[in-house]
Amino acid sequence: MPDRPLFLERASFRRRRLGDAARVLPMLAAILVLVPVWWIPAQVSFAAGAVWLFGLWAGLILAIFVLHRALRRADAATLRATQAMARDDDHAL
Amino acid sequence: MPFEALVAGCLAYVALMFGVAFAADRAASRGRVRWLDHPAVYTLSLSVYCSAWTFYGAVGYATRSGLEFATIYLGPTIVFCGAWWGLRRLVRVARMHHVTSIADLISARFGKSNRLAALITLIAVIAATPYVALQLQSVSLSFEVFATDSLTDIPLAGGGGTALWVAAGLALFTIVFGTRNLAADERHHGVVTAIALEAVVKLMAFLALGVFVVWGLAEGPADMLDRIAQAAAGHDGWLLKPDRWTALIVVSGAAIIALPRMFQVLVVEAADEDRLAVAGWAFPAYLFAMSLFVLPIAVMGQQLLPADANPDLYVLTLPAQSGQNWLAFLVFLGGFSAATSMVVVCTIALATMISNHWLVPLWLILRRKPQTGDPEDLRGFVLNARRLAILAVMAVGWVYYRATGGTAALASMGLVAFTGMAQVLPAMIGGLLWRGANRQGAYAGVGTGFALWLALIFLPSVGIGQDPALPPSVDPLAFAICLSLALNTLAFIVFSIFGMPDPVERLQGLSFVSAVDPVRHGRMARGADQVEPLLVMARRVWGAEDALRFFQSEAAAQGKSGYLPDMTPRFLTRLERRLAGSIGAATAHAMIDSVAGGSELTVSDLMQVATEAQRAKEETQRLENARAELARTATQLREANDKLTALSIQKDAFLGQISHELRTPMTSVRAFSEILRSPDLSDADRDRFAKIIYDESGRLTRLLDDLLDLSVLESGQAQLSITPANLHDLIERALSAASATQPQRVFRLDREPLAEYVGVITDADRLLQVLINVISNARKYCDAEPPVLSIRVRRTLRGGAQIDIADNGSGIETARQALIFEKFSRLNDPARAGGAGLGLAICKEIMANLGGEITYLPGQGGAAFRIVLPRRPPVPADAGLRRA
Repeated sequence: MPDRPLFLERASFRRRRLGDAARVLPMLAAILVLVPVWWIPAQVSFAAGAVWLFGLWAGLILAIFVLHRALRRADAATLRATQAMARDDDHAL
Repeated sequence: MPFEALVAGCLAYVALMFGVAFAADRAASRGRVRWLDHPAVYTLSLSVYCSAWTFYGAVGYATRSGLEFATIYLGPTIVFCGAWWGLRRLVRVARMHHVTSIADLISARFGKSNRLAALITLIAVIAATPYVALQLQSVSLSFEVFATDSLTDIPLAGGGGTALWVAAGLALFTIVFGTRNLAADERHHGVVTAIALEAVVKLMAFLALGVFVVWGLAEGPADMLDRIAQAAAGHDGWLLKPDRWTALIVVSGAAIIALPRMFQVLVVEAADEDRLAVAGWAFPAYLFAMSLFVLPIAVMGQQLLPADANPDLYVLTLPAQSGQNWLAFLVFLGGFSAATSMVVVCTIALATMISNHWLVPLWLILRRKPQTGDPEDLRGFVLNARRLAILAVMAVGWVYYRATGGTAALASMGLVAFTGMAQVLPAMIGGLLWRGANRQGAYAGVGTGFALWLALIFLPSVGIGQDPALPPSVDPLAFAICLSLALNTLAFIVFSIFGMPDPVERLQGLSFVSAVDPVRHGRMARGADQVEPLLVMARRVWGAEDALRFFQSEAAAQGKSGYLPDMTPRFLTRLERRLAGSIGAATAHAMIDSVAGGSELTVSDLMQVATEAQRAKEETQRLENARAELARTATQLREANDKLTALSIQKDAFLGQISHELRTPMTSVRAFSEILRSPDLSDADRDRFAKIIYDESGRLTRLLDDLLDLSVLESGQAQLSITPANLHDLIERALSAASATQPQRVFRLDREPLAEYVGVITDADRLLQVLINVISNARKYCDAEPPVLSIRVRRTLRGGAQIDIADNGSGIETARQALIFEKFSRLNDPARAGGAGLGLAICKEIMANLGGEITYLPGQGGAAFRIVLPRRPPVPADAGLRRA
């Protein structure tokens, strides 16, 4: 019995931290895209720049994919835990 | 490829699109929306962002400016990085309010103000018209590529006829599938499915061309990079300018939300916010795929085609020149898809805005107060208004295209539209995140941005006025974007700070910022006589069947039969939201007010709403408290039960113990009486046995006395005779009485006689009994040699007294200290001198009766007890009664 609430805490804690990550990601993306152009425009303008840009871009897409999958799983886990709690309460009554 | 075949193929493609849209609409009307609602369809429909400007223009843009073209796709990618918390929230709030367009969203947020919506509609129309013209131009240009053999002298405005036919066909498609019904949720399954299919064609065509260019014309990626490096060497324009880079990323990030067509597919057509979990990564991936081959195509076009060929058409001329006719046709279809899907969605979005925020309000004003029995059909009017608006937008786009003769660079027109709609963004984001944002702020911000955009970007783009004189190091476009957005935001914030919102706006602000569903205030809820006019009004908007169905379901939800629900705030809120889904929030609000009495919402109403909410919250709190109380009681009951169980076990043990204690002397008495009866006993023996019997019966009596004493004490009914006493005297008496125990042992006494002269008010005999017991115990059990007994008396702060009695023996081991005050707990004792193990239990009870306590003091170098006395014993609660 005492394991259950612990599980819920864990799930919602993880869900919140992933939410934080989802807030940070756009800022991180903006910094990664903007700073090199202000800093070393000559190096990132041509062929090497194309490699940098598309590599970064692919990385961002991958990051969003991984983050969203984790968020969906965390949401599902939180939901399951909440439902399990609700079921237990029903039995208790 | 012959031109006729091209036209035929194109017509077949158009027919396919009509067929797909028709089939999807049919499926949706039969309720089979599962695959229509698939996240993939939603994601593909977002690709309407990639218009012909992307398809043809990106390559031209890359030819002129290198990597800068990517800003248009990086901005949306960064915005979609925040899809989970940003866009999902936007979609949730918009669905909650049945928002029909971006103008509707902003007007609903700022107190359902229609004038604000009309202003935003104006910006959208001005920004989008050249953009629509651009799409028409790109389609007619692409036809020209096939119609003429020369690559260099394609007339920009040559195919006026083609553009007209295209515009007419698109208008037809849009009217057929965009204005079929006036649904409450403004979703167009047919259109969305068709543009999803077009998105696939678009992507396939572009990827096929890219693969052909990289692996067919060049020799793989490494060779391609070399060629890019070569091409860049001769190009100053390819050097990225940080200010332009930043400004363009900001503007394109704004455009992905604020462009009317993007808002339409992203927010209005979304069934719920969950599909953004997939679109969040899939749409950036789509943009990535569309951009990947742009630079290679641009470079190959530059290297293989004549220097004066139009770079905006490289995607078509490159395969055509290489003899790849089918690839060229596929690319043509891709470009055609890009242009048509953009025009269709853009036109639907603009037509919705124009009809909801310009035409319907105008009509309502002109008609003043419509008669409730009026048979005329508002639904028909709204649909016709939209059809008219679609035709108007298409016609204006075509006229613009003819009048300007086509613009040389596709890119600039796209950016004009982006920067224009970006002016709406501060008000929108501010409205969603900041409760303090208000209508004055929105007017000021949007107005300032609009004016600056007109002066600095739009008018120069059509050749009126000119760019302001700037130092050469400052890019004019970046400057204009930065200035307009900064002043826009500043005006929005400043006017919001100094303005005062009206109550409707405050309610809406709360709803938008907290994403909660506030119920309409109570004053609207009047008698049932107003419900029928509402039904009549809803019928005029939705048609008789839909309106009746809605009213019936609302009545059923209230537990009523028939078609007329009560005028509850909840019902009015839902009705208004549903109407807003068809005609916009501001108009719906105005109409309901005009029918239902039009009472103004006041601050006191807001307070009432707040009070009701507060009351509900308190009720919840009360229930929660009651639940917690119950839980506490249950815990207490469980504890009490545990205690009772333990007591019952204790009682059984006590009975067992007592039987045992009584039996031992009884057995001796019986056995020796038995022996006494035998005749041949010597007198000495007889005497000895008689003495044993006498001693044992004495022990029995003592035990029974003790038990009696204990039970009297435990029941709290002991008679106390309270008198003043001197502790010194009591201790003296106790010492002399206790000296009878083990008289052979001589104890050294460690006392402070002077400190012992403490007067107490207590039952002296009972206290003496305790002292004797403790001292006797010390005499019995102290195993030290020589034994020392120390006695310390102190007055306590509250006027009581405290007596510590300690010996220097080995004391009592920690584990047993808790047990010594229990009944029959005798320490392991060979040395026990006839006690039954009740002594300390009796002491404890006596002290409890006297209002004090006796405790064991650990760590004193021997067995030590502390006896604490209060200033005077407590008066029993029922003493007065007993005396009476």
